[in-house]
Amino acid sequence: MNIQFRENQEAASPLTVKTAIADCDIHPARATRTELYPYLAKRWQHHLEIYGVHAYQGMMEGPPYPKAQPNASRRDAYPPEGGPQGSSLAFMQKQLLDPNNVQLGVLNPLNTGQGIRNHELSAALCSAINDWQIDKWTSKDKRLKASIVVGNEDGLSAAAEIRERAGDKNFVQVLLLSRNVEPLGQRRYWPIYQAAEEAGLPVGVHAFGFGGNPITPSGWPSYYIEEMVGHSQCQQSALASLVLEGVFERFPKLKMVMIEAGFGWAPSLAWRLDKAWQRLRSEVPHVKRPPSEYIREQVWWTTQPMEDPESREDLFDVIKWIGWDRLLFATDYPHWDYDEPSRVLPAGVSEANREAFYLGNAKKLYGIN
Amino acid sequence: MARHVIAPVDELPPGTRKFLEIDGRPIAIFNIKGEYFGLMNRCPHQGAALCEGPLIGLAQSSNPGEIEYTKLGEIIRCPWHGWEFDIRTGQSYCDPRRFRVKAYPAHVEPGASVVKGPYVAETVTVKVESDYVVVEL
Ligand code: FES
Repeated sequence: MNIQFRENQEAASPLTVKTAIADCDIHPARATRTELYPYLAKRWQHHLEIYGVHAYQGMMEGPPYPKAQPNASRRDAYPPEGGPQGSSLAFMQKQLLDPNNVQLGVLNPLNTGQGIRNHELSAALCSAINDWQIDKWTSKDKRLKASIVVGNEDGLSAAAEIRERAGDKNFVQVLLLSRNVEPLGQRRYWPIYQAAEEAGLPVGVHAFGFGGNPITPSGWPSYYIEEMVGHSQCQQSALASLVLEGVFERFPKLKMVMIEAGFGWAPSLAWRLDKAWQRLRSEVPHVKRPPSEYIREQVWWTTQPMEDPESREDLFDVIKWIGWDRLLFATDYPHWDYDEPSRVLPAGVSEANREAFYLGNAKKLYGIN
Repeated sequence: MARHVIAPVDELPPGTRKFLEIDGRPIAIFNIKGEYFGLMNRCPHQGAALCEGPLIGLAQSSNPGEIEYTKLGEIIRCPWHGWEFDIRTGQSYCDPRRFRVKAYPAHVEPGASVVKGPYVAETVTVKVESDYVVVEL
Protein backbone atom coordinates (compact mmCIF):
# COMPACT_ATOMS: atom_id res chain seq x y z
CA MET A 1 0.00 0.00 0.00
CA ASN A 2 1.40 3.34 -0.93
CA ILE A 3 -0.56 5.46 1.49
CA GLN A 4 1.32 8.64 2.15
CA PHE A 5 -0.14 11.71 3.70
CA ARG A 6 0.74 15.24 4.54
CA GLU A 7 2.40 15.55 7.91
CA ASN A 8 -0.17 18.04 9.09
CA GLN A 9 -3.56 17.00 7.87
CA GLU A 10 -5.75 19.98 7.28
CA ALA A 11 -9.47 20.04 6.71
CA ALA A 12 -9.91 19.18 3.07
CA SER A 13 -13.12 21.14 2.66
CA PRO A 14 -12.95 24.87 2.31
CA LEU A 15 -15.71 26.76 4.13
CA THR A 16 -18.01 26.96 1.17
CA VAL A 17 -21.51 26.38 2.52
CA LYS A 18 -21.97 29.56 4.50
CA THR A 19 -25.37 28.74 5.87
CA ALA A 20 -25.81 26.00 8.44
CA ILE A 21 -26.60 22.51 7.15
CA ALA A 22 -27.82 19.17 8.44
CA ASP A 23 -25.85 16.06 7.58
CA CYS A 24 -28.24 13.14 7.87
CA ASP A 25 -25.83 10.26 7.32
CA ILE A 26 -22.57 10.26 9.29
CA HIS A 27 -20.79 7.01 10.17
CA PRO A 28 -18.99 6.93 13.48
CA ALA A 29 -16.47 4.11 13.89
CA ARG A 30 -14.78 2.40 16.81
CA ALA A 31 -11.11 3.22 17.29
CA THR A 32 -10.25 -0.18 18.73
CA ARG A 33 -11.71 -3.68 18.61
CA THR A 34 -12.58 -3.63 22.29
CA GLU A 35 -13.99 -0.13 22.49
CA LEU A 36 -17.49 -1.48 23.18
CA TYR A 37 -16.43 -3.70 26.06
CA PRO A 38 -17.20 -1.15 28.79
CA TYR A 39 -20.82 -1.27 27.61
CA LEU A 40 -21.05 -5.06 27.37
CA ALA A 41 -21.67 -7.50 30.20
CA LYS A 42 -18.68 -9.76 30.98
CA ARG A 43 -20.74 -12.65 29.67
CA TRP A 44 -20.78 -11.14 26.19
CA GLN A 45 -17.16 -9.97 26.27
CA HIS A 46 -16.13 -13.57 26.93
CA HIS A 47 -18.54 -14.86 24.33
CA LEU A 48 -16.98 -12.59 21.70
CA GLU A 49 -13.46 -13.66 22.67
CA ILE A 50 -14.35 -17.36 22.51
CA TYR A 51 -16.86 -17.58 19.67
CA GLY A 52 -16.87 -14.28 17.81
CA VAL A 53 -20.05 -13.47 15.90
CA HIS A 54 -22.12 -15.46 13.44
CA ALA A 55 -23.58 -13.35 10.68
CA TYR A 56 -26.28 -14.43 8.24
CA GLN A 57 -23.82 -14.08 5.38
CA GLY A 58 -21.09 -16.62 4.71
CA MET A 59 -18.13 -14.27 4.67
CA MET A 60 -17.21 -13.70 8.28
CA GLU A 61 -14.27 -11.36 7.92
CA GLY A 62 -15.96 -8.42 6.32
CA PRO A 63 -18.54 -7.80 3.64
CA PRO A 64 -18.90 -10.06 0.58
CA TYR A 65 -17.62 -7.36 -1.76
CA PRO A 66 -14.39 -5.43 -1.56
CA LYS A 67 -14.81 -1.70 -1.10
CA ALA A 68 -13.31 1.03 -3.24
CA GLN A 69 -11.06 2.54 -0.57
CA PRO A 70 -9.71 1.25 2.77
CA ASN A 71 -12.68 0.77 5.16
CA ALA A 72 -14.85 2.07 2.29
CA SER A 73 -13.69 5.48 3.46
CA ARG A 74 -11.97 8.61 2.30
CA ARG A 75 -8.23 8.09 2.39
CA ASP A 76 -7.82 11.60 3.73
CA ALA A 77 -10.06 10.82 6.70
CA TYR A 78 -7.64 8.80 8.82
CA PRO A 79 -7.45 10.64 12.15
CA PRO A 80 -3.96 11.96 12.92
CA GLU A 81 -3.99 10.13 16.26
CA GLY A 82 -4.50 6.76 14.52
CA GLY A 83 -7.50 4.44 14.24
CA PRO A 84 -9.89 3.99 11.35
CA GLN A 85 -11.71 6.78 9.53
CA GLY A 86 -14.63 8.14 11.51
CA SER A 87 -13.27 7.03 14.89
CA SER A 88 -12.14 10.42 16.21
CA LEU A 89 -14.60 13.09 17.30
CA ALA A 90 -11.91 15.78 17.26
CA PHE A 91 -10.96 15.02 13.69
CA MET A 92 -14.58 14.71 12.58
CA GLN A 93 -15.18 18.18 14.01
CA LYS A 94 -12.17 19.55 12.20
CA GLN A 95 -12.73 17.83 8.86
CA LEU A 96 -16.51 17.73 8.60
CA LEU A 97 -18.57 19.56 11.20
CA ASP A 98 -16.75 22.90 11.55
CA PRO A 99 -15.76 23.67 7.95
CA ASN A 100 -19.16 22.69 6.57
CA ASN A 101 -21.10 24.50 9.26
CA VAL A 102 -23.02 21.36 10.23
CA GLN A 103 -25.73 22.27 12.70
CA LEU A 104 -27.29 18.81 12.95
CA GLY A 105 -25.40 15.57 12.29
CA VAL A 106 -27.26 12.26 12.41
CA LEU A 107 -25.07 9.28 13.33
CA ASN A 108 -25.70 5.91 11.69
CA PRO A 109 -23.25 3.35 13.04
CA LEU A 110 -22.62 0.36 10.78
CA ASN A 111 -20.90 -2.91 11.71
CA THR A 112 -23.03 -3.14 14.79
CA GLY A 113 -24.96 -6.02 16.28
CA GLN A 114 -27.43 -6.00 13.41
CA GLY A 115 -27.59 -9.10 11.25
CA ILE A 116 -26.11 -11.45 13.85
CA ARG A 117 -27.74 -14.86 14.24
CA ASN A 118 -27.45 -15.04 18.00
CA HIS A 119 -30.30 -12.75 18.96
CA GLU A 120 -29.22 -12.25 22.58
CA LEU A 121 -25.76 -11.20 21.42
CA SER A 122 -27.31 -9.02 18.76
CA ALA A 123 -29.46 -7.22 21.33
CA ALA A 124 -26.50 -6.79 23.71
CA LEU A 125 -24.24 -5.37 21.00
CA CYS A 126 -26.90 -2.98 19.73
CA SER A 127 -27.57 -1.70 23.21
CA ALA A 128 -23.82 -1.28 23.78
CA ILE A 129 -23.49 0.68 20.53
CA ASN A 130 -26.28 2.97 21.68
CA ASP A 131 -24.60 3.66 25.04
CA TRP A 132 -21.32 4.22 23.20
CA GLN A 133 -22.95 6.72 20.85
CA ILE A 134 -24.06 8.81 23.81
CA ASP A 135 -20.76 8.52 25.66
CA LYS A 136 -18.35 9.07 22.82
CA TRP A 137 -20.35 11.31 20.48
CA THR A 138 -23.65 12.96 21.32
CA SER A 139 -22.80 13.98 24.89
CA LYS A 140 -19.54 15.52 23.65
CA ASP A 141 -20.91 17.50 20.72
CA LYS A 142 -24.45 18.82 20.82
CA ARG A 143 -24.65 19.00 17.04
CA LEU A 144 -24.59 15.21 16.84
CA LYS A 145 -27.67 13.04 17.31
CA ALA A 146 -27.72 9.26 17.33
CA SER A 147 -29.82 6.58 15.68
CA ILE A 148 -31.09 3.78 17.89
CA VAL A 149 -29.48 0.61 16.60
CA VAL A 150 -31.68 -2.44 17.16
CA GLY A 151 -31.41 -6.19 16.77
CA ASN A 152 -33.46 -6.09 13.59
CA GLU A 153 -34.21 -9.80 13.22
CA ASP A 154 -35.78 -10.03 16.67
CA GLY A 155 -38.69 -7.61 16.64
CA LEU A 156 -39.36 -7.97 20.35
CA SER A 157 -35.87 -7.14 21.59
CA ALA A 158 -35.71 -4.35 19.02
CA ALA A 159 -38.96 -2.87 20.30
CA ALA A 160 -37.71 -3.13 23.89
CA GLU A 161 -34.55 -1.21 22.97
CA ILE A 162 -36.60 1.50 21.26
CA ARG A 163 -38.89 1.85 24.28
CA GLU A 164 -35.94 2.10 26.59
CA ARG A 165 -34.42 4.94 24.55
CA ALA A 166 -37.71 6.71 23.81
CA GLY A 167 -37.72 10.29 25.05
CA ASP A 168 -33.91 10.42 25.28
CA LYS A 169 -32.94 13.52 23.33
CA ASN A 170 -29.66 11.93 22.26
CA PHE A 171 -31.62 9.84 19.75
CA VAL A 172 -33.61 11.01 16.75
CA GLN A 173 -34.40 7.85 14.77
CA VAL A 174 -34.37 4.07 14.71
CA LEU A 175 -31.87 2.46 12.36
CA LEU A 176 -32.49 -0.54 10.13
CA LEU A 177 -30.55 -1.78 7.12
CA SER A 178 -32.01 -2.52 3.72
CA ARG A 179 -30.92 -6.16 3.43
CA ASN A 180 -32.50 -8.35 6.05
CA VAL A 181 -33.55 -11.95 6.31
CA GLU A 182 -36.93 -11.04 4.83
CA PRO A 183 -38.38 -8.02 3.04
CA LEU A 184 -38.93 -5.24 5.56
CA GLY A 185 -42.71 -5.21 5.44
CA GLN A 186 -43.01 -8.71 6.95
CA ARG A 187 -44.74 -9.25 10.26
CA ARG A 188 -41.58 -10.13 12.20
CA TYR A 189 -40.49 -6.48 11.88
CA TRP A 190 -43.80 -4.94 12.92
CA PRO A 191 -42.95 -4.61 16.62
CA ILE A 192 -40.15 -2.27 15.51
CA TYR A 193 -42.58 -0.05 13.62
CA GLN A 194 -45.07 -0.07 16.43
CA ALA A 195 -42.48 0.99 19.00
CA ALA A 196 -41.04 3.64 16.68
CA GLU A 197 -44.44 5.09 15.98
CA GLU A 198 -45.26 5.21 19.68
CA ALA A 199 -41.96 6.94 20.40
CA GLY A 200 -42.52 9.39 17.55
CA LEU A 201 -39.21 8.37 15.97
CA PRO A 202 -38.66 7.98 12.22
CA VAL A 203 -37.20 4.67 11.05
CA GLY A 204 -34.15 5.06 8.84
CA VAL A 205 -33.43 2.28 6.35
CA HIS A 206 -29.78 2.47 5.42
CA ALA A 207 -28.37 0.65 2.41
CA PHE A 208 -26.30 -2.50 3.15
CA GLY A 209 -26.70 -5.22 5.68
CA PHE A 210 -26.37 -8.87 4.75
CA GLY A 211 -29.40 -11.00 5.41
CA GLY A 212 -27.85 -14.15 3.97
CA ASN A 213 -29.50 -13.71 0.58
CA PRO A 214 -27.73 -12.76 -2.65
CA ILE A 215 -27.29 -9.03 -2.83
CA THR A 216 -29.26 -8.63 -6.05
CA PRO A 217 -32.69 -10.07 -6.82
CA SER A 218 -31.12 -12.31 -9.46
CA GLY A 219 -28.17 -13.72 -7.56
CA TRP A 220 -24.57 -12.92 -6.72
CA PRO A 221 -22.97 -10.47 -9.15
CA SER A 222 -19.28 -10.32 -10.00
CA TYR A 223 -18.41 -6.75 -9.15
CA TYR A 224 -18.60 -4.20 -6.36
CA ILE A 225 -20.05 -1.72 -8.84
CA GLU A 226 -23.05 -4.05 -9.11
CA GLU A 227 -23.47 -3.98 -5.36
CA MET A 228 -23.39 -0.17 -5.50
CA VAL A 229 -26.17 0.11 -8.03
CA GLY A 230 -27.98 -2.81 -6.41
CA HIS A 231 -28.75 -0.70 -3.36
CA SER A 232 -31.55 1.04 -5.16
CA GLN A 233 -33.10 -2.30 -6.17
CA CYS A 234 -32.87 -3.41 -2.59
CA GLN A 235 -34.57 -0.30 -1.24
CA GLN A 236 -37.26 -0.69 -3.89
CA SER A 237 -38.05 -4.20 -2.66
CA ALA A 238 -38.07 -2.96 0.94
CA LEU A 239 -40.36 -0.07 0.11
CA ALA A 240 -42.73 -2.19 -1.98
CA SER A 241 -42.92 -4.67 0.88
CA LEU A 242 -43.64 -1.93 3.43
CA VAL A 243 -46.50 -0.61 1.30
CA LEU A 244 -47.97 -3.95 0.21
CA GLU A 245 -47.81 -5.73 3.56
CA GLY A 246 -49.78 -2.82 4.93
CA VAL A 247 -47.18 -1.34 7.27
CA PHE A 248 -48.04 2.23 6.34
CA GLU A 249 -51.74 1.49 6.59
CA ARG A 250 -51.33 -0.16 9.99
CA PHE A 251 -48.95 2.54 11.33
CA PRO A 252 -50.19 5.77 9.76
CA LYS A 253 -47.91 7.99 11.85
CA LEU A 254 -44.80 5.98 10.99
CA LYS A 255 -42.13 7.93 9.11
CA MET A 256 -39.49 6.12 7.08
CA VAL A 257 -36.22 7.55 5.81
CA MET A 258 -34.55 5.86 2.85
CA ILE A 259 -30.82 6.34 3.40
CA GLU A 260 -28.02 6.06 0.86
CA ALA A 261 -29.78 4.36 -2.00
CA GLY A 262 -30.65 7.31 -4.22
CA PHE A 263 -34.12 8.66 -4.90
CA GLY A 264 -34.33 8.98 -8.70
CA TRP A 265 -36.13 5.64 -8.87
CA ALA A 266 -38.92 6.68 -6.50
CA PRO A 267 -41.39 8.08 -9.04
CA SER A 268 -41.18 5.11 -11.42
CA LEU A 269 -41.56 2.60 -8.59
CA ALA A 270 -44.62 4.47 -7.34
CA TRP A 271 -46.17 4.65 -10.82
CA ARG A 272 -45.65 0.95 -11.33
CA LEU A 273 -47.05 0.09 -7.91
CA ASP A 274 -50.11 2.26 -8.53
CA LYS A 275 -50.80 0.63 -11.85
CA ALA A 276 -50.43 -2.91 -10.53
CA TRP A 277 -52.53 -2.04 -7.49
CA GLN A 278 -55.42 -0.87 -9.66
CA ARG A 279 -55.53 -4.33 -11.24
CA LEU A 280 -54.61 -6.48 -8.25
CA ARG A 281 -56.06 -4.66 -5.29
CA SER A 282 -58.28 -7.59 -4.35
CA GLU A 283 -55.11 -9.51 -3.45
CA VAL A 284 -54.10 -6.85 -0.94
CA PRO A 285 -57.36 -5.33 0.30
CA HIS A 286 -55.55 -3.97 3.37
CA VAL A 287 -53.78 -1.54 1.02
CA LYS A 288 -56.62 0.93 0.89
CA ARG A 289 -55.09 3.76 -1.10
CA PRO A 290 -52.84 3.97 -4.17
CA PRO A 291 -49.29 3.02 -3.05
CA SER A 292 -47.91 6.37 -4.19
CA GLU A 293 -50.01 8.13 -1.56
CA TYR A 294 -48.40 6.24 1.31
CA ILE A 295 -44.97 6.82 -0.18
CA ARG A 296 -45.44 10.53 -0.55
CA GLU A 297 -46.90 10.92 2.90
CA GLN A 298 -44.66 8.68 4.96
CA VAL A 299 -41.26 8.50 3.24
CA TRP A 300 -38.24 10.84 3.31
CA TRP A 301 -34.98 10.44 1.37
CA THR A 302 -31.39 11.28 2.17
CA THR A 303 -29.48 12.72 -0.75
CA GLN A 304 -26.14 10.95 -0.74
CA PRO A 305 -25.39 9.51 -3.28
CA MET A 306 -26.90 12.57 -4.90
CA GLU A 307 -28.48 11.91 -8.27
CA ASP A 308 -26.36 13.53 -10.97
CA PRO A 309 -28.09 13.42 -14.36
CA GLU A 310 -26.59 15.27 -17.30
CA SER A 311 -29.42 17.75 -17.35
CA ARG A 312 -30.35 19.44 -14.09
CA GLU A 313 -33.91 19.74 -15.39
CA ASP A 314 -34.19 15.96 -15.12
CA LEU A 315 -33.12 16.18 -11.51
CA PHE A 316 -35.60 18.94 -10.76
CA ASP A 317 -38.42 16.93 -12.37
CA VAL A 318 -37.73 13.97 -10.09
CA ILE A 319 -37.52 16.17 -7.02
CA LYS A 320 -40.72 17.89 -7.98
CA TRP A 321 -42.52 14.54 -7.87
CA ILE A 322 -40.91 13.57 -4.57
CA GLY A 323 -41.31 17.02 -3.04
CA TRP A 324 -38.66 19.55 -2.04
CA ASP A 325 -39.87 19.02 1.51
CA ARG A 326 -38.85 15.33 1.48
CA LEU A 327 -35.10 15.42 0.83
CA LEU A 328 -32.54 15.40 3.62
CA PHE A 329 -29.01 16.41 2.76
CA ALA A 330 -26.31 13.87 3.69
CA THR A 331 -22.57 13.54 3.07
CA ASP A 332 -22.01 9.89 4.13
CA TYR A 333 -18.81 10.98 5.90
CA PRO A 334 -16.26 9.44 6.15
CA HIS A 335 -17.15 7.03 3.38
CA TRP A 336 -15.44 7.27 0.03
CA ASP A 337 -18.51 8.25 -1.95
CA TYR A 338 -18.93 11.33 0.29
CA ASP A 339 -20.91 14.23 -1.21
CA GLU A 340 -19.38 17.67 -0.80
CA PRO A 341 -22.11 20.06 0.41
CA SER A 342 -21.06 22.97 -1.78
CA ARG A 343 -21.02 20.87 -4.95
CA VAL A 344 -24.12 18.66 -4.94
CA LEU A 345 -26.98 20.96 -5.74
CA PRO A 346 -27.01 22.63 -9.16
CA ALA A 347 -27.78 26.32 -9.48
CA GLY A 348 -31.34 27.39 -10.12
CA VAL A 349 -32.98 26.33 -6.87
CA SER A 350 -35.03 28.88 -4.96
CA GLU A 351 -33.75 30.10 -1.61
CA ALA A 352 -36.64 28.42 0.24
CA ASN A 353 -36.03 25.05 -1.42
CA ARG A 354 -32.27 25.25 -0.80
CA GLU A 355 -32.87 25.92 2.86
CA ALA A 356 -35.31 23.00 3.10
CA PHE A 357 -32.90 20.70 1.27
CA TYR A 358 -29.87 21.55 3.38
CA LEU A 359 -31.43 22.04 6.79
CA GLY A 360 -35.13 22.75 7.23
CA ASN A 361 -36.55 19.34 6.31
CA ALA A 362 -34.15 17.54 8.62
CA LYS A 363 -34.83 19.81 11.58
CA LYS A 364 -38.54 19.36 11.14
CA LEU A 365 -38.43 15.58 10.70
CA TYR A 366 -36.03 15.01 13.59
CA GLY A 367 -37.67 17.59 15.84
CA ILE A 368 -34.62 19.84 16.29
CA ASN A 369 -35.17 23.52 17.06
CA MET B 1 5.99 32.15 -14.30
CA ALA B 2 7.82 31.89 -10.99
CA ARG B 3 10.12 28.99 -10.15
CA HIS B 4 9.97 27.60 -6.64
CA VAL B 5 12.57 25.51 -4.83
CA ILE B 6 10.72 22.62 -3.19
CA ALA B 7 13.27 20.35 -1.51
CA PRO B 8 16.78 18.96 -1.79
CA VAL B 9 16.56 15.88 -4.04
CA ASP B 10 17.46 13.44 -1.25
CA GLU B 11 14.41 14.58 0.72
CA LEU B 12 12.13 13.46 -2.10
CA PRO B 13 13.25 9.94 -3.05
CA PRO B 14 11.48 7.90 -5.74
CA GLY B 15 7.99 6.82 -4.76
CA THR B 16 7.42 9.74 -2.37
CA ARG B 17 5.43 12.92 -2.66
CA LYS B 18 5.46 16.25 -0.92
CA PHE B 19 2.51 18.50 -0.18
CA LEU B 20 2.87 22.25 0.06
CA GLU B 21 1.11 25.51 -0.51
CA ILE B 22 2.49 27.98 -3.00
CA ASP B 23 0.85 31.39 -3.37
CA GLY B 24 -2.24 30.01 -1.66
CA ARG B 25 -2.47 27.07 -4.04
CA PRO B 26 -2.29 23.49 -2.70
CA ILE B 27 0.36 21.64 -4.71
CA ALA B 28 1.79 18.14 -4.59
CA ILE B 29 5.15 17.14 -6.05
CA PHE B 30 5.82 13.51 -6.91
CA ASN B 31 9.01 11.62 -7.58
CA ILE B 32 8.16 8.76 -9.90
CA LYS B 33 11.26 6.67 -10.61
CA GLY B 34 13.47 9.75 -10.61
CA GLU B 35 11.13 11.97 -12.62
CA TYR B 36 9.37 14.85 -10.92
CA PHE B 37 5.80 16.00 -11.45
CA GLY B 38 3.69 18.71 -9.90
CA LEU B 39 -0.12 18.65 -9.62
CA MET B 40 -2.73 20.93 -8.15
CA ASN B 41 -3.84 19.13 -4.99
CA ARG B 42 -7.54 19.72 -5.50
CA CYS B 43 -9.80 17.36 -7.38
CA PRO B 44 -11.77 19.10 -10.13
CA HIS B 45 -14.75 16.85 -9.38
CA GLN B 46 -15.81 17.80 -5.84
CA GLY B 47 -12.63 19.31 -4.44
CA ALA B 48 -10.93 16.49 -2.48
CA ALA B 49 -7.24 16.74 -1.64
CA LEU B 50 -6.60 14.68 -4.76
CA CYS B 51 -2.98 13.76 -4.19
CA GLU B 52 -3.68 11.89 -0.95
CA GLY B 53 -5.05 9.07 -3.04
CA PRO B 54 -3.04 6.00 -4.06
CA LEU B 55 -0.78 5.85 -7.08
CA ILE B 56 -1.97 3.05 -9.28
CA GLY B 57 -1.73 2.02 -12.92
CA LEU B 58 -4.22 2.30 -15.74
CA ALA B 59 -6.50 -0.67 -16.34
CA GLN B 60 -7.88 -0.68 -19.86
CA SER B 61 -9.65 -3.25 -21.94
CA SER B 62 -10.19 -3.51 -25.65
CA ASN B 63 -12.48 -6.52 -25.22
CA PRO B 64 -14.24 -8.11 -22.27
CA GLY B 65 -11.82 -10.66 -20.88
CA GLU B 66 -8.69 -8.80 -21.97
CA ILE B 67 -7.15 -6.36 -19.55
CA GLU B 68 -4.08 -4.25 -20.12
CA TYR B 69 -2.45 -2.65 -17.11
CA THR B 70 -0.05 0.14 -17.98
CA LYS B 71 1.37 3.39 -16.57
CA LEU B 72 2.13 1.67 -13.28
CA GLY B 73 2.59 4.26 -10.52
CA GLU B 74 1.64 7.13 -12.82
CA ILE B 75 -2.07 7.37 -12.16
CA ILE B 76 -3.40 9.14 -9.08
CA ARG B 77 -6.74 7.91 -7.80
CA CYS B 78 -8.82 10.48 -5.91
CA PRO B 79 -9.31 9.59 -2.22
CA TRP B 80 -13.01 10.35 -2.47
CA HIS B 81 -14.75 9.04 -5.58
CA GLY B 82 -11.83 7.32 -7.18
CA TRP B 83 -11.54 9.34 -10.38
CA GLU B 84 -8.21 8.67 -12.07
CA PHE B 85 -5.78 11.30 -13.32
CA ASP B 86 -2.48 10.99 -15.17
CA ILE B 87 0.13 12.70 -13.01
CA ARG B 88 2.24 13.52 -16.08
CA THR B 89 -0.46 15.62 -17.71
CA GLY B 90 -3.36 16.01 -15.26
CA GLN B 91 -5.67 14.31 -17.74
CA SER B 92 -8.80 12.72 -16.30
CA TYR B 93 -9.69 9.23 -17.45
CA CYS B 94 -13.30 9.48 -16.27
CA ASP B 95 -14.36 12.53 -18.14
CA PRO B 96 -11.41 13.89 -20.14
CA ARG B 97 -13.55 16.33 -22.08
CA ARG B 98 -14.71 18.29 -19.06
CA PHE B 99 -12.13 17.74 -16.35
CA ARG B 100 -8.41 17.95 -15.97
CA VAL B 101 -6.26 18.83 -12.99
CA LYS B 102 -3.63 21.47 -13.44
CA ALA B 103 -0.14 20.02 -13.89
CA TYR B 104 2.97 22.03 -13.03
CA PRO B 105 6.35 21.20 -14.57
CA ALA B 106 8.93 20.09 -12.00
CA HIS B 107 12.58 19.20 -12.44
CA VAL B 108 15.97 19.20 -10.76
CA GLU B 109 18.37 22.16 -10.66
CA PRO B 110 21.87 22.28 -9.23
CA GLY B 111 22.33 24.36 -6.07
CA ALA B 112 24.51 26.92 -7.83
CA SER B 113 21.80 27.88 -10.30
CA VAL B 114 19.14 27.88 -7.59
CA VAL B 115 21.15 30.33 -5.51
CA LYS B 116 21.59 32.57 -8.53
CA GLY B 117 17.85 32.72 -9.10
CA PRO B 118 15.24 33.53 -10.36
CA TYR B 119 13.93 31.11 -7.77
CA VAL B 120 11.78 31.41 -4.70
CA ALA B 121 12.82 29.03 -1.93
CA GLU B 122 9.88 27.49 -0.03
CA THR B 123 11.22 27.10 3.50
CA VAL B 124 14.20 25.27 2.02
CA THR B 125 17.67 26.24 3.10
CA VAL B 126 19.69 26.15 -0.07
CA LYS B 127 23.29 24.96 -0.21
CA VAL B 128 25.27 25.40 -3.39
CA GLU B 129 26.71 21.86 -3.43
CA SER B 130 23.41 19.91 -3.58
CA ASP B 131 20.62 19.51 -6.16
CA TYR B 132 17.07 20.75 -5.71
CA VAL B 133 13.60 19.90 -6.96
CA VAL B 134 12.06 22.94 -8.56
CA VAL B 135 8.50 23.56 -9.72
CA GLU B 136 7.18 26.22 -12.06
CA LEU B 137 3.91 28.03 -11.57
S1 FES C 1 -13.65 14.74 -5.48
FE1 FES C 1 -12.19 13.61 -6.58
S2 FES C 1 -13.32 12.11 -7.57
FE2 FES C 1 -14.81 13.26 -6.55
